[in-house]
Amino acid sequence: MKILVVEDEPALLESIERALKQENAVVETASNLNDALDKALIYEYDCILLDINLPDGSGLELLQELKNQGKSDGVLILSARNSLDDKLEGLNLGADDYLTKPFHLSELIARVRSIVRRKKFDGNALLEIGNIRVDVTNQSITLHNEDITLNRKEFAILMYLISNKGRLVSKTALAEHVWGDNIDESDNFEFIYSQIKNLRKKMNDGDSGIEIQSIYGVGYKLIES
Amino acid sequence: MKLIQRTIVYMSLALLMALSAWAFIFYVNMIDEVHDSIDDGLDNSKLLIIHEAEQDSTVLMKHSFDEGNYAIRKIHESHALKHYDQYKDTLMYMENEDDLEPVRLLTTVFEAKENEFYQLKVISSMVEEDDLIEDLFYSLLWLYLILIITILVINTLVLRSMWKPFFSYLNRLAQFKLGKNEQVQPIQSKTAEFQLLNKVVTEVLESNIRSFHNQKQLIENASHELQTPLAIALNKLQLLAENESLSEEAVKEVFQTIETLERLTRLNKSLLLLSKIENKQFLNEESVDMNEMIQNVIEDFRDQIEFKGLELTLHSERALKVRMNPELARILVTNLLKNAIRHNIKTGRIEISLNDSSLQISNTGFANPLDQDKLFQRFHKESEDKSSTGLGLAIVKSIVDLSGYEISYNYALGIHQFTINFN
Repeated sequence: MKILVVEDEPALLESIERALKQENAVVETASNLNDALDKALIYEYDCILLDINLPDGSGLELLQELKNQGKSDGVLILSARNSLDDKLEGLNLGADDYLTKPFHLSELIARVRSIVRRKKFDGNALLEIGNIRVDVTNQSITLHNEDITLNRKEFAILMYLISNKGRLVSKTALAEHVWGDNIDESDNFEFIYSQIKNLRKKMNDGDSGIEIQSIYGVGYKLIES
Repeated sequence: MKLIQRTIVYMSLALLMALSAWAFIFYVNMIDEVHDSIDDGLDNSKLLIIHEAEQDSTVLMKHSFDEGNYAIRKIHESHALKHYDQYKDTLMYMENEDDLEPVRLLTTVFEAKENEFYQLKVISSMVEEDDLIEDLFYSLLWLYLILIITILVINTLVLRSMWKPFFSYLNRLAQFKLGKNEQVQPIQSKTAEFQLLNKVVTEVLESNIRSFHNQKQLIENASHELQTPLAIALNKLQLLAENESLSEEAVKEVFQTIETLERLTRLNKSLLLLSKIENKQFLNEESVDMNEMIQNVIEDFRDQIEFKGLELTLHSERALKVRMNPELARILVTNLLKNAIRHNIKTGRIEISLNDSSLQISNTGFANPLDQDKLFQRFHKESEDKSSTGLGLAIVKSIVDLSGYEISYNYALGIHQFTINFN
């Protein structure tokens, strides 16, 4: 996985770079539009993480340039502006997704992986982890060649945890990913536990080779057992 | 009291006093003048009578007034020498009036022959003072009424037309609303005072409008600027929490910090949303199918509702289609439902009713009504809940206001009810 991170805020750039490297990605960085253009037009990336507000211009210019050159790198826009107009403009210019700052690193990784999967395998990706095989397109999984039925939320949770395999995923990040940003946080996301419990049961019943660990009550981690 | 009425009251009082004072002075002067001229007449009569008495001694025999205007009687010398001419007002029976009438009486003495002294009384009929006062009073009353009517007419016709630009300006000012209706047409008048008023009001309004918009812009800009530092802090802490060498305690501590920052993030997002709504950045309105919208939002919250053991019933009596920004419609419904879930009791109820003009969300909750006045204020919290931003209902209110609808709150028997009227 080769990724270009375009971000002018050094501390943010460093965190993103570290998180991606933990995912075994090859990461290159650019902190202004010129550097970003230089790199993006010469090399191919699986995904470009693009900040809109750059010191020497708008990240949208890079999108336009990629489009002009007929390049089809995946692009994930990172913006401090949660504006529908910005989002629509970015997506119209060929960006694949849009993430508003601040974001969970696990969310960023899940989105990047999703973009890379779409680009690399045309969406027809078959993920294999432990003894299970996930058909992302049909949202179905098989365990030892046997279909397992998961509901929409269970599937979303599993995909999110798989995308962040080996990482600590906070309950907040998981809840916001699966139930949406507007979910009520007052119960400290206790309600996601029942879905996790069901998911664990379905996995463990058939020797899936994966384990969903609870970490100190703050989040979950998926590991291959 | 209106300006015109006040003017009339003051004018009437001032006129009443001025006319009364004038009438008093006028009356005193006039009576004085009347006495003066009558006394001159009496004096003249006196000389004529004395003169006649010198030639015709029968005159001295006229002891009573009868048909004449004088009477003469003899007096002792000692009396006569102490006597001065005396004028006085008195009453006398008058045949024609069949009544006692006021007369002016001159009492004098004269020496007809050597050492023969006579007292002479000459009368002249007088103005009837009570009649005079009465006439004067009525004349003044008429004058007063005519003056008042004149003032009234001047006020209604002249003053009203003079003040007209002022009153229409006042009406326009009453329509002024920060952030909504900021255009106030200037006063249409060449009168210096009105133009000054215009200038002063325009300056005050403009500076208010400016600071209002600056403040709104400030909130929006500040919220945007906060996003990046928040992102840095959150991401650093997320990486830190994943450090394998950290103890359970340390991880929990890091997560408490993360949760605090997440709360800050939510607060910031809510503030940003609120100022975007108030800065009218959600312009496109379209017909939103509320029935469908509500179904979708309920789906989002289904797991939470089940987790809290709440019973939700939806009565979609009729199709409700409203004109508003779809994003805002979603936020509106989301916030209301979130509110109903969050402030509910264990195994409580939520009831949503829709008809073709209103949406009603009721829920069981605290056994006390919420404070109507503060309910929709920013940062007003009824609960101790730390995760609450206190902005949810403020956002609901500003969305409803922006879209031109109305929201009301009712409480009865442990049920809290919000109604949005889309008419």
